Amino acid sequence: MALDQATVARIANLARIKVTDDELQAWATDLSAIITFVEHLDEVNVDGVEPMTGVGDFPLPLRADKVSDGGYAEVVTSNAPEGALGFYTVPKVVE
Amino acid sequence: MAELLEHPKLLKGDSGEWEIVIGLEVHAQVISNAKLFSGAPVAFGAEPNTQVSLVDAAFPGMLPVLNEHCVEQAVLTGLGINGTVNKYSRFDRKNYFYADLPQGYQISQFEHPIVTGGYIDIEPEGEVPKRIGVTRLHVEQDAGKSIHDQHPTQSYIDLNRSGTALMEIVSEPDMRSGEQATAYLSKLRQVLRYLGTCDGNMDQGSMRCDINVSVRHPGDELGTRCEVKNVNSIRFVRQAIEYEARRQIRLIENGGEVVQETRLYDPNKGETRSMRSKEDAHDYRYFPDPDLLPLRLEDEFIERIRAGMPELPDAKRARFVKDYGIADYDAWVMTADQATADFFETVVKGRDAKLATNWITGDYFAYLNREGFDVTNAPIGAEKLGGLVDLISDNTISGRIAKDVFEAMIESGKDAAAIVEEKGLVQITDTGAIEAIIDEVMAKNADKVADYRGGKDKLFGFFVGQVMKATQGKANPALVNQLLKPKLDG
Repeated sequence: MALDQATVARIANLARIKVTDDELQAWATDLSAIITFVEHLDEVNVDGVEPMTGVGDFPLPLRADKVSDGGYAEVVTSNAPEGALGFYTVPKVVE
Repeated sequence: MAELLEHPKLLKGDSGEWEIVIGLEVHAQVISNAKLFSGAPVAFGAEPNTQVSLVDAAFPGMLPVLNEHCVEQAVLTGLGINGTVNKYSRFDRKNYFYADLPQGYQISQFEHPIVTGGYIDIEPEGEVPKRIGVTRLHVEQDAGKSIHDQHPTQSYIDLNRSGTALMEIVSEPDMRSGEQATAYLSKLRQVLRYLGTCDGNMDQGSMRCDINVSVRHPGDELGTRCEVKNVNSIRFVRQAIEYEARRQIRLIENGGEVVQETRLYDPNKGETRSMRSKEDAHDYRYFPDPDLLPLRLEDEFIERIRAGMPELPDAKRARFVKDYGIADYDAWVMTADQATADFFETVVKGRDAKLATNWITGDYFAYLNREGFDVTNAPIGAEKLGGLVDLISDNTISGRIAKDVFEAMIESGKDAAAIVEEKGLVQITDTGAIEAIIDEVMAKNADKVADYRGGKDKLFGFFVGQVMKATQGKANPALVNQLLKPKLDG
């Protein structure tokens, strides 16, 4: 499957990745090659196999409903470029 | 009582009558101690970013681990709304970018929700009862909170809510009026509160509602819908629906077309407005979350939860009518919430249910309203009220005196029996004593006795009143009536 430039631009926009116009073709070529490689999997006969998200048949681990974490606002906000009064602050986002 | 409408009223437009079609998506915050995928606490109103683990803040490498109790709560809710609990469900990533969503995606359930199907029976105001289908219930994470009014150019982000467990409950587009939507939301909230799975506090945001509205001429295909967000009280639901339906009708009748979009409800202006979202905003690129295995539930797990399910409002209401012989309307009032129902049952156990019901719905509720209490915190509780009802039932006091006793109970906090004893309010049921008083009253009012005997039988009430007055209301009214008649008739 080949991706065209418009599709690449759309995917980049959805993923908030900045791709300039003159980079689009290079990305389209690379991504198309990757998808073409993965398409080898189409050769596998999967008749009668339910779609699966993993091959290991393990139960999902669960946790008890106990409070065991939190209480360190300064750590949580330590990577924030900007903050005030214990909040992260970001350029105003309001629609 | 007015006739209940079989079909809700249609809206009139220039091109004929229009029907509103409504579906609701309700986000209900799960009652739990910790978050859906982390051990951080869930509490409303804490200092910013103090209820946040590194999982909730999406620090690199942090992995989600599912909270078992949140799963139980979702299953319980699914059973409570008559849904089918799926033994296989799965978590997917819903990708979008927003400042209060640090992961860049919300962990939700898209293709395989934990519950499918179900229904809720509603009694819309002025309309016949109706069954509203539920499409699905799935579990997902809540986002953080953005505060826009603290700074002119900055938004403040608090992640305390980030990662809190939500149940999204999606209805079928089965509702046709604002009344039906309001009734659905109220009933769903009541069921959630009975189940103890969500506190239903819309003003604190622990229950939120998005409304899908479209319009059509009756019998036509479904119209294009708009999603109205931010409706944070049951009162606003009807307003938002009416406004949005009329907007769509006006648009169509003026040659326009409804565009599928998300609109915000503005409670101050009573209108909806477009969020002007970019066209890609709804491309969430869902895919299975690779950090989480599928959730498989055993029959045993589901049955254990089913066995622990509390009696729900409809069943309780029917039982109250059947077991206690009270009117359906009273049973509906008494089952409004679990606390009222428990209160009612404590009062009526072993007592005259109708008398007890009258006292609860009458003087007692008036007292709660006046003093600003509810059944759980009022100084006069079920036992004390029951004590008063007992004194009426066994003829110790009359219903009239009971009202005074009740007022005295409110003032002093004492038991009814103590007040009756103290104030000497015990009802006079001794026929000899009552007869003596009747004789006295008749002697004092010889002229009226003559008038009565002359045909003015309306004076009977006067004599009853005089006897009651002479006994400070303590004479048993039935006995007074019974004894007075032959004496007056001579």
